Amino acid sequence: MESYLSILVGLYFAGSVFLLLSQSLIRVLIGIALLGNAVNLLIFTAGRITRGVPPIVPDGLKAASSSIANPLPQALILTAIVISFALFAFVLVLTYRAYEATGTDNTSKMRVAEPTETIRLPEGY
Amino acid sequence: MNTLILRTIVPILTSLMVIYSIIVLLSGHNQPGGGFIGGLIAASAFALYGIACGVAPVRRALYFHPISISGFGMFLAALSGFPSLYEHVPYLTGLWWFPEIAKGVEVPLSTPLIFDIGVWLVVVGSLVSIALALEEKV
Amino acid sequence: MIGFAVLTPFFAALFAPLLVYLIGHRAAWILAIVPGYLAYRLLEFTAPVARGERILQSHSWLEGFQVNYSFMIDGLSLTFAFLILGIGFFIVIYAGGYLKGHPHLGRFLATLLAFMGSMLGLVLADNLITLFVFWELTSITSFLLIGFDHERMAARRAALQALIITGLGGLVMLAGFALIGIVGGTFELSELLTKGDEIKQHGLYSLMFWLVMAGAFTKSAQVPFHSWLPNAMEAPTPVSAYLHSATMVKAGVYLLMRTYPMLGETDLWETVLPIFGGTTLIVGTVLAVRDTDMKLMLAYTTVASLGLLVMMLGVGNERAVEGAVLYLVAHSFFKGALFMVVGTVDHEAGTRQIDKLSGLRSAMPITALAAMLAALSMCGLPPFVGFLAKESIYHAVTHGGWHEGIIAGVAIIGNALMFGVAASIAIRPFTGKWVDPPKAVHEGSVMLVLGPIVLSILGLATALFVLEMMQAHFFKPMISAVAGQDVAVDLHLWGGLNPALVLSVLTVGLGLFVFVYFKKFRKAFDGILNFIGWGPDKGFDQAICVLGFVARHVTRLLQSGEMRTYMRATLFVVAITLLWPMYQFEVWPLRPQFPELRLWEAGVFGILAVGILQVIFSKTRLTAIVSLGIQGFSVALIFMMFGAPDLSFTQFMVETLSVVIIALVLTRLRLMQHDGRGPAAFLFDGLVAIGVGVGMGALLMAITEAPLDMRLSEFFSTYSAAIAHGRNIVNVILVDFRALDTLGEITVVLITGVAALALIRVRSSEKADEKTTSTMTGGSDAEGENALAGKDAS
Repeated sequence: MESYLSILVGLYFAGSVFLLLSQSLIRVLIGIALLGNAVNLLIFTAGRITRGVPPIVPDGLKAASSSIANPLPQALILTAIVISFALFAFVLVLTYRAYEATGTDNTSKMRVAEPTETIRLPEGY
Repeated sequence: MNTLILRTIVPILTSLMVIYSIIVLLSGHNQPGGGFIGGLIAASAFALYGIACGVAPVRRALYFHPISISGFGMFLAALSGFPSLYEHVPYLTGLWWFPEIAKGVEVPLSTPLIFDIGVWLVVVGSLVSIALALEEKV
Repeated sequence: MIGFAVLTPFFAALFAPLLVYLIGHRAAWILAIVPGYLAYRLLEFTAPVARGERILQSHSWLEGFQVNYSFMIDGLSLTFAFLILGIGFFIVIYAGGYLKGHPHLGRFLATLLAFMGSMLGLVLADNLITLFVFWELTSITSFLLIGFDHERMAARRAALQALIITGLGGLVMLAGFALIGIVGGTFELSELLTKGDEIKQHGLYSLMFWLVMAGAFTKSAQVPFHSWLPNAMEAPTPVSAYLHSATMVKAGVYLLMRTYPMLGETDLWETVLPIFGGTTLIVGTVLAVRDTDMKLMLAYTTVASLGLLVMMLGVGNERAVEGAVLYLVAHSFFKGALFMVVGTVDHEAGTRQIDKLSGLRSAMPITALAAMLAALSMCGLPPFVGFLAKESIYHAVTHGGWHEGIIAGVAIIGNALMFGVAASIAIRPFTGKWVDPPKAVHEGSVMLVLGPIVLSILGLATALFVLEMMQAHFFKPMISAVAGQDVAVDLHLWGGLNPALVLSVLTVGLGLFVFVYFKKFRKAFDGILNFIGWGPDKGFDQAICVLGFVARHVTRLLQSGEMRTYMRATLFVVAITLLWPMYQFEVWPLRPQFPELRLWEAGVFGILAVGILQVIFSKTRLTAIVSLGIQGFSVALIFMMFGAPDLSFTQFMVETLSVVIIALVLTRLRLMQHDGRGPAAFLFDGLVAIGVGVGMGALLMAITEAPLDMRLSEFFSTYSAAIAHGRNIVNVILVDFRALDTLGEITVVLITGVAALALIRVRSSEKADEKTTSTMTGGSDAEGENALAGKDAS
């Protein structure tokens, strides 16, 4: 089962990287969104997969049976989902502000910090 | 979505979602759910309300600024760790009380519950803050 | 105690500014006590050193690296210490008079004292690393001194040039020291000096030699590293007088003398040193004759003198060492005095151009006398110590083979030219008929004339009255220390008629000829130098220019300013990092298992794959948003199917919210149909993407084939209900077992909220300032999804 998910995770990463390498900020953004899912799924798969049985202790028992899904990666991923979403929302606002300030969503044309003109060397000592 | 049906139905839907999110929050310790999920449900509810009826009514309904709500949640979560210090156990160790409010009915109260409410408030506050900001024509 | 004495000038430097603040330029008198007292205390070592003893003192510093704060006093270091402290004494006083009323006199004196301390530490150090530390300290303090007048660009350039040349030389020298230390097994000079044969026979001898020479030649301004020395004349005269007579530039000569028993008397040594020294001597004198600025003339003769010293050390007999030692002492006296004389003339008359000064004798009699005495010593006339030095030098080169003949010839030419320069400086400004200088001229103050007159008289007295004493206490121990063995020294002003005297007379004759036809010589040399037109000084500028050019291009290469380039580089490295070790160590997943899928599982996987592919290749906003939703919800379904209802729930909510806010932004930001990637870029990006994807997939597959440590998960499963009263294990982990982590995570959520809010607030305040209406209309066209943003409803 993990092999299937590994392939999907690979596909996820490939897609995310391809979008991250784009010049268009929107595509980069979508790449970031994909990257979050890719990593979550990676952790989930690395914690091994079991069909069904959520990690919940049944009523009346003191401990869960041994065949439940691994709860540890789930706890990691739960917060990761929320954080990556919050970060995504922030990046979204940032992108929009950058677009508004520079008038372009092409990363190659955003040159406020690193202008294209030749660096002037100091002329004296 | 600027339709009459939506505008009519969304306030009811929002209140239902918020109530549901509180249920999810409180039952989270024993069933699927908890502060993160509950917070997301409530945040979606307010975002939906904002889309249907505009941002101003949402802000009025929330009364506090969303980021203040978030900050308060943070405060609450951090605070919930302190009672354990009186018991001489590490910070954020869970403590439980089972007061009997009626004959045979125990209500479990605990510091993890307060912590989870803090988480809920942080998630709701931050996400609603961002969503409303984006809805306000960014 | 020696270690403390070395630090004393540094302590004094701390108080110099305060003292100047309190009592003005008179503070120099008090500060001069420091070198004076130190010299007095060092006197107690003269008797044991004269007996041939060696005083060692050591404090451990970095024991593990054999680095000790250790000091050695022998004939060589003692004489040097006396020169540094003695001349330093007069220089400090002179500086007080020269910079009287200058707002930064305190800073100047502090730096001067710090430099003195560095120099003292350099010559007294026994440990090579300690020596190196003081060596570089002299580079740094001299940088501050030369650049003292930092508001002028020429001064800044000169300071930087001195720092770069001498500092770099020092660093190269450090490598040489490290090699010597490794080969010799110790960093203590006192021990290394006895291991000369071992070092000379080592296979790396020539490397050690060149590395150490780099330090010595740069510090002692040998051609082609000489340009920093004349440029350092930008500094106030006290600095020039001090750095270029007794100290800074002599540090290189000191190093050569110090390492003479260790590295010297080999073929390499006796070939390289005369070549560099001889070239420097000739180039220095030619440049000196060419110039008209008296300070620069002196600077170039300093270069020449250093060349002479280096050349003599390379001759390889004891006479030559004797000559070098005598010349070094003589040079310290006469050059220090002459620099101060020129400074006084400049200070009082307002110019130091030799052509514009004449007849000053009547106005400045004492200065004129000092100049005359010093110049006579420099010319090598009896009965001055300069004459003794020259006699020894000629002695050394008159009974050898042809290469000593060449050295003798070079020495005669160089000395004759220096004779001309010295005579010109001492005679022309002070004699002849009176010419009104730019300033109303009068004799300098006590502070200004004390140094030159004492130093120039010393040059006379040494040879005439106290030769016996000087010979026994200074010259003989120093020569013996340099040669590494006991050397018999017998100095006389009159040594009978011998070849050396003949050469001396020849030198004087040629020198007089140069003096008489000085202007003709100047014109001729000027013509030659202008014809060549290039020198190391210009070369320095060119080197700096090339450095800037290279830096600019390297920067542009590494920092193109295009995010895509950075991302490509980073992700390419990620791909290589993932794939290369797997290939190298053969940890590919070996047994991928593909159990039979249930129908809905296959369906969800398929939808997810399609969703991802569609996200990548979507051309419109609508398809992008929809396919983004599809892949997100598919992930939620996967979580659901494999026992993670909490995750599934969360994922559903997050995807819903994501779609909403992306739609909100995309209504105003158009998604271009093509992302502007050419075919080559497309191919490269695709390969990188596939590389990362395959890498991550294979890595994950390999990981899941290995056994998993479940102890932590089992702990949580067992105790969740029992001690934390919670049945939902995931939630119990979040709010109880690992609550502190969660606290950190919600902090991140809060911070993103605050940050996003801040971004929006910044924008709205900008807008309020500009009072302009929004021009963002990117999303007004009808594609359906802008209806999502129908927030105008109210």
